[in-house]
Amino acid sequence: MTALLELTNVAASYGSTEVLRAVDLTVAAGGITALLGANGAGKTTTLRAICNLMVRTRGEIRFAGARIDGKATEDIVRLGIAHVPDGRGTFLGLTVEENLRLGAHTRHDRAAVAADIARVTGAFPRLKERLQQQAGTLSGGEQQMLAIARALMLRPKLMLLDEPSFGLAPLVVQEIFAFLRVINRQDQTGILLVEQNARMALALADHAYVLETGRIALKGSAAAIEADDSVRRIYLGY
Amino acid sequence: MQALWHQLLSGLANGGIYASIALALVMIYRSTHHVNFAQGELAMFSTYLAWAMIAAGVPYWAAFVLTLGASFAAGVAIERIVVRPVENEPILVVVIVFIGLLVIVNSMAGWLFGYTPRVFPSPFPDDAWFAGSYLSAHEVGMIAVTLAMLAIVFAFFRFTPLGLAMRAVAEDPLSSRLVGIRVGWMLAIGWGLAAMLGALAGMMTAPIVYLDPNMMAGILLYGFAGALMGGIDNPWGAVAGGFIVGVLENLAGAYVVGTELKLSVALAVIIGVLVVKPSGLFGRRVVSRV
Repeated sequence: MTALLELTNVAASYGSTEVLRAVDLTVAAGGITALLGANGAGKTTTLRAICNLMVRTRGEIRFAGARIDGKATEDIVRLGIAHVPDGRGTFLGLTVEENLRLGAHTRHDRAAVAADIARVTGAFPRLKERLQQQAGTLSGGEQQMLAIARALMLRPKLMLLDEPSFGLAPLVVQEIFAFLRVINRQDQTGILLVEQNARMALALADHAYVLETGRIALKGSAAAIEADDSVRRIYLGY
Repeated sequence: MQALWHQLLSGLANGGIYASIALALVMIYRSTHHVNFAQGELAMFSTYLAWAMIAAGVPYWAAFVLTLGASFAAGVAIERIVVRPVENEPILVVVIVFIGLLVIVNSMAGWLFGYTPRVFPSPFPDDAWFAGSYLSAHEVGMIAVTLAMLAIVFAFFRFTPLGLAMRAVAEDPLSSRLVGIRVGWMLAIGWGLAAMLGALAGMMTAPIVYLDPNMMAGILLYGFAGALMGGIDNPWGAVAGGFIVGVLENLAGAYVVGTELKLSVALAVIIGVLVVKPSGLFGRRVVSRV
């Protein structure tokens, strides 16, 4: 399988605080990779390093074969990497529809954008009902749906998701994860999923990495990691 | 009664000018949290540009459009060249840069065009059909032109993808990057639009106050008072505030403090708003965690 995203020996720091030491990580084209680990292990920082957002990075990051490390965030996004950050990155003062249109900011095919709005609101009917509402008035679950829907408006080749289950009711989480699987199957969109909820993440992913204080402590197929009791207890805590 | 009507209406005419300046200030404030003290001087310089073109024989409306275009380009250039290098510096550095810009533009205008007040033509002839008993033709035209410009600006922000992207940047620059918006350019375009609004205000006000390098000093204060009154982060509020300040200034000038002390009305408004309701009439209270 060809690699869509490839991190080689990536280190990242905020100021003089080094958070990632030497991370090697791959997301296969059309694959779902889970990135697990305790709080402070560097999961969010890994996603930020990929998008060159707020962190200084060293090492090599390749997307579809080409180097992207050192590029500006907006140029990386334009290559087809949609990042749903922690805190969701929603424009709370703008309407749901405006948020979706912003997701398609880099596209100029009007008809296709309109079709995509219909598609994502078809998948999340609650967004459809609230298209003209300010995003700040949505519930947490609806905001997460909006964040994912907005990311899809880019027609990304790769989605980076930072804890999409955070703070949400289990039923809502299931709805969102089921939709992620549909996206992955239908569009062959690669997904790099950062999660605290290891059980759900491993059920969705085909590969998984476990981060521990800035290093990859463990990697393998999601099934193998899930099946290994000692790994589960030591690293994933369930 | 007739005099009161006249004062009210001509207050609205002045208010349109203040509203344009207030909106220009708010536009830059919303996306960068900087108050551009040089806004008035840039407007004054733009007006000189129009004056020079008209003096060279360019028809009024052609000079008008060319000046708006040139001001837009100059606003973009100033953001890129002067403001961008200091955008992440402490606020005091930015303030000094703006004050420096103010002094430089003011002196350049004096050096190039002299300090003698010049007559600036009005495009609206005195005997135009819309000249009324309460307002001169120029005042009516000025209200119409500023209202049209404000409507265009609001439609731009509301209905175009570029306007939407600029609103997104004002709300959240980081998230804007994540949808691929080139944040730096949006800020530059904001400066360009602000400079354009200023140029409009300058060209509309110059036939009344005469064109000289210090023409906009007072008007910037009124615009600032309007922006503060409406809420410095609220474009609609700023426009409303500009009109309110215009009317207040005229009424107070005519009936309370007299014309010599008119400018103190603006200062009183600024201080009053800051003391009583710092977020302005229509502003949002922002609570930030420290």
